[in-house]
Amino acid sequence: MNAVAIEAPTLGSGWSLWRRQIAGILRLEIKKNFLSKRALPMYLLAAIPVVIMMMLALFDRGMRRGVRTNFAEAMIVFSNLHEGLILRTVIFFGCAWIFMNLFRGEVVDKSLHYYFLSAVKREVLVVGKYLSGLIASCTLFLLTTAGALFFLYLPRGVQANLDYIFNGPGWAQITDYLGITILACVGYGALFMVIGLFFRNPIIPALFVYGWEWLNFLLPPMLKKISIIHYLHSLVPVPVNEGPLAIIGEPTPQWIAITGMLIVTAIVLFLASMRIRRMEIHYGGE
Amino acid sequence: MEAVINIPISQTAKESVTAEQMIVFEDVSKFYGEILGVNRVNLQIAPGITSLVGPNGSGKTTLMNLMTGLIQPTRGRVKVLDYSANDPEIFFRKVGYCSQFDSFPAGHTGYEFVYSYLRVHGYAKNDADRMTARAIERVGLTEAAKRKVAGYSKGMRQRIRLAQSIAHQPSVIVLDEPLNGLDPMARAEAIRLFRELADEGLHLIISSHILHEVNKMSDRVIFIKEGYIKAEGEVQGVRNELEEHPLQIVVRCDQPSFLATKLFAEPHIVEVHIHDDRKGLFVKTRNTDKFYDLLNRVVVTSDLNIETVATVDNDLNAVYHYLIGARQEGE
Ligand SMILES: Nc1ncnc2c1ncn2[C@@H]1O[C@H](COP(=O)(O)OP(=O)(O)OP(=O)(O)O)[C@@H](O)[C@H]1O
Ligand SMILES: [Mg+2]
Repeated sequence: MNAVAIEAPTLGSGWSLWRRQIAGILRLEIKKNFLSKRALPMYLLAAIPVVIMMMLALFDRGMRRGVRTNFAEAMIVFSNLHEGLILRTVIFFGCAWIFMNLFRGEVVDKSLHYYFLSAVKREVLVVGKYLSGLIASCTLFLLTTAGALFFLYLPRGVQANLDYIFNGPGWAQITDYLGITILACVGYGALFMVIGLFFRNPIIPALFVYGWEWLNFLLPPMLKKISIIHYLHSLVPVPVNEGPLAIIGEPTPQWIAITGMLIVTAIVLFLASMRIRRMEIHYGGE
Repeated sequence: MEAVINIPISQTAKESVTAEQMIVFEDVSKFYGEILGVNRVNLQIAPGITSLVGPNGSGKTTLMNLMTGLIQPTRGRVKVLDYSANDPEIFFRKVGYCSQFDSFPAGHTGYEFVYSYLRVHGYAKNDADRMTARAIERVGLTEAAKRKVAGYSKGMRQRIRLAQSIAHQPSVIVLDEPLNGLDPMARAEAIRLFRELADEGLHLIISSHILHEVNKMSDRVIFIKEGYIKAEGEVQGVRNELEEHPLQIVVRCDQPSFLATKLFAEPHIVEVHIHDDRKGLFVKTRNTDKFYDLLNRVVVTSDLNIETVATVDNDLNAVYHYLIGARQEGE
């Protein structure tokens, strides 16, 4: 072993450095959180809607007949399942698990200090972690949505489906559902990352949000807008009936729903960065 | 609270070191709510190996966490080579910290663990590979590098964390009890590595309980107790400083009570205890030379037979006990 110091390679600065650092964070996060055994419950959760649709498609004669004879009716049933089960439950709890654990999980594992001791701005760390959650949740829940749609279409047979998708409204509906899934991950992801950072016990605020989102249809129009499901609901291609008690607000136009959600996400990332900048490492005391 | 014993850095060291090469604590205090972490710390640490010594809960880890920005000072300012930890992108190119947390991100091998965080720093694949291999080689863990960290022994975990903290080739390395859990061979190896790094011109701040090793490897030592810096300076300087303080000597002889009566008459003798077996005594004196003079006179003028004379205070251990241990009992 010689005693001559070898110069460390230069790292550079600015966007090219941040891009490399974010890639490094993504690598580590995906491996640690999503390719490990502890991600298993999340995969099971994501599979639930697909399994339900598969069971219906394979074993429910009524549903098969319905899909063949009255597809518009079947789409309404699907739209309810998409909103009630996929958006409000699977993506909601999936994102809660993924995003609340981004920082909290590392405090529990006592490994956050390795990030804090790396030559990375904490803002870059926040963005990197958020993106890792987004990639994981989008991949997973896009598969969920696509899988559920696949089993919805299955009983109609190939020819009818090709016709519906390429000469009918099918393609637009599919891209809408997938787009809404992405938007749901963006919105719930940002929300839960912040909840995970600002609350000592995040379960209670998470349950509060769950209730708030479910009761959203009862709220007056002003309050409706302080919610994620409201915007997602406005974007659904096949409208979901919210029941006789619903208070009908004016629907939010698509472009406002999308930009609004992105702006809220940016604000939330900024808040998270502020929090992380000031964060101290005290594993024992928590 | 008594004054800090301040031993000046030697003349040569002082001249060759500028502020940009120092670790500087300016009136730093840290409170955890009501609990005192460290109080009113003023330090200027030059390159080389500086040991941080003190009992459990004295504030060693607090000082190191402050140095590396894992916690923020309640008051005061910390600068490392004129950089602040509030700008991590620059700061942590210069600083590596091997903390006392024996924990890892889940599911990694030793190699992946070191490599992954180099990628987080922003190093390209090839550079990260090369730096990882070198760091792991320096801690002698090349053989085990491909195994999962979860299956490592305590000493191996300690070494892979050491490799992680030096892999990006920082100029300041902060090590919180890095010899913990290492067997004697690995200890000697680690100390050799620290010496090697210090000779490359790096700063090493090392906390330790094992005074024998501190004594061997340090250029400088900082004693801390209950959040206050008790003494700092070069190892040799700290020893000299002691001469102004009572020195402890054990004498084994056949007539300890007779010797005790002679000793009590002298003003420089602070304390005398006769051993329980009545075959020796323990003496505390402010003036070693006068003590030995007296002892010689007594031996010559009486039939006292002396078996052994040993000073307790001849290394850092003594300093430690004087500053920290002894007072702890007295309080
Ligand atoms: N997160 C914390 N919350 C409250 N008190 C703390 C916290 N961290 C440290 N302390 C207190 O600060 C003091 C200094 O602790 P510190 O961990 O710095 O000591 P240390 O010298 O490193 O001890 P050890 O040799 O056991 O590692 C102790 O009284 C400790 O109880
Ligand atoms: Mg400690």
